[in-house]
Amino acid sequence: MPLPIPPILSYALRRLIQSIPVVILIMIGTFLLLKLAPGDTVDALVGDMGGADAAFIERLRAEYGLDQPVWVQLWRYMVKLASFDFGWSFVYEQPVATVLLDRLGNTLLLMATSLSLAFTIGVALGAIAARRVYSLTDNVISTLGLIFYATPSFFLSLMMMLVFSVKLGWLPVGGIKTIAGFYTGWDHVLDVARHLVMPTAALSLIYLSFYLRLMRASVLEVADLDYVRTAKAKGAGEARLMFHHIMRNALLPVVTLLGLQFSTVLGGSVVVETIFTLPGLGQLAYQSVVQRDMNTLMGIIFLCAIIVVIVNFVTDLLYARLDSRIELK
Amino acid sequence: MTVLDTDIRPEGPSRFVAFWQRYRRNRAAMLGLGLFVIVVIMALTAGLVAPGDPLARAADPLTPPFTNSSVPLGTDQLGRDILAGIFYGARISLLIGVIATLISIAIGVLIGALAGYFGGWVDDVLMRITEAFQTIPNFVLLLTLVAIMGSKIEWITLAIGIVSWTAPARMVRAEFMSLRGREFVDAARNLGVSNGAIIFREILPNAMPPVVVYASVIMALAILLESALAFLGLGDPNYASWGNMIGQGRAVLRTAWYCAAIPGIAIVLTVLSFSLLGEGLNDALNPRQKK
Repeated sequence: MPLPIPPILSYALRRLIQSIPVVILIMIGTFLLLKLAPGDTVDALVGDMGGADAAFIERLRAEYGLDQPVWVQLWRYMVKLASFDFGWSFVYEQPVATVLLDRLGNTLLLMATSLSLAFTIGVALGAIAARRVYSLTDNVISTLGLIFYATPSFFLSLMMMLVFSVKLGWLPVGGIKTIAGFYTGWDHVLDVARHLVMPTAALSLIYLSFYLRLMRASVLEVADLDYVRTAKAKGAGEARLMFHHIMRNALLPVVTLLGLQFSTVLGGSVVVETIFTLPGLGQLAYQSVVQRDMNTLMGIIFLCAIIVVIVNFVTDLLYARLDSRIELK
Repeated sequence: MTVLDTDIRPEGPSRFVAFWQRYRRNRAAMLGLGLFVIVVIMALTAGLVAPGDPLARAADPLTPPFTNSSVPLGTDQLGRDILAGIFYGARISLLIGVIATLISIAIGVLIGALAGYFGGWVDDVLMRITEAFQTIPNFVLLLTLVAIMGSKIEWITLAIGIVSWTAPARMVRAEFMSLRGREFVDAARNLGVSNGAIIFREILPNAMPPVVVYASVIMALAILLESALAFLGLGDPNYASWGNMIGQGRAVLRTAWYCAAIPGIAIVLTVLSFSLLGEGLNDALNPRQKK
């Protein structure tokens, strides 16, 4: 008897299950990679303490299990990871899970606002440009898209900071809220929003160029198909043509890109969060590399992998929802 | 040996001329080519335009641009010549961009070819590895690699190559999957040609064109990755790099914004040149795709 699961869901679920070995592979790879790094946690600790005698160092190593063979350490790490125990951060003197949870919200907020803006504006501009191909509007949109595509996020961030914080004084230079502002309710929301304007703008301006370019090409291609010509011949107006006939098919590759690009955007948040001193996972990634906080770094990589897997699951569902023809093996 | 030695392609020159005529008609592509040539000339003439160490003091610190003819673009807070930094930075950007692109294509071609040619469990294993690399945010992986290997320029280049190979691998895999069932491959196999020779001599030349066009995209991304690393202070401190100049310029953003703006514009124009070049190549090679 077939399971009462819609084929779309079972396809997405199968892809989700396939990503489990991928995440395990990532964690094993990262663990072994970080073992190659010169010096371990104990070296870093002892360095911070200004040195210690050999017997004490040996005792510390035994305490953290660092005297065991690498594969034993790997096994122990993976077992703990399965219960979301990421170990201890010696830099923050807290469990890594606590450090990550403190920052996760800010990064998710930044990702959600930047990606939804980038996607909607990119798709809209791409569609407009394609429907007026080679017109002045198209040229302006396409040129701006190319320029933002070529602009490094840190440079765009700095220039925005120069104009809007330093010269005009409209927006705060960094952080997620005013220090010692003690806002509550709507004032708090507004305060956070003001701090998010520039980081969000920087990320979305750059990534919207990806969606814009793909959407423009995609609309051009779909608009050439027979069924669109038929609809046009039957007297469908521009709005009906666009929203009823072209949009749904033209969006397919752009939705795919949204899933594929997500991890890149997450990587882009490292630079933007660091510039705007936004306490999120990206800034934490940079700091843990600089401070050699390996447990935290591995926790971030694990969390990022999980987020990317979830986003891809959602895009699969979205894709299947948009395209009724999708081949479901 | 090559199967199908009776080459049915039109002779080289006329093919190239036709390509060039299509390319030349595209104004944006010509702009890209022009910018690219300028960056290459800057990289080649850095030693002539600004002899000596670009990291040494050249004039008073924070000289504004266009005020001192010996340092036309001014100096930074340590009195280093910005023009010299831009020229030597072009060298580093191009060098890292080209070598990292070659590394990423080499890895991508190898993995994509094996996965696409053999299929089955080889494909499964290699694709899971590819997905693993696509799942980790590439900049986070890059930071991790640099943290482990250190900030020497050779290691940075290698690390950028290691985080950039997944797209070419997928392209090559797709090409191999569609080409492996073609007659010329069957013919080679029946003649007893080894798998290695079929992969590299028979199929690969046919699978390369899209990858070659895509190289311009990898190059642009590689330059952006290097500049971001250098901006964060994780680049090789022994070389002038645009990203590093912007990172230093951040400290004097209030008083001397040009220290960050000039190298920033250099990056934008360079990356733009690769994008335009890539699109131009693509349009000229696939004239039917063009609307």
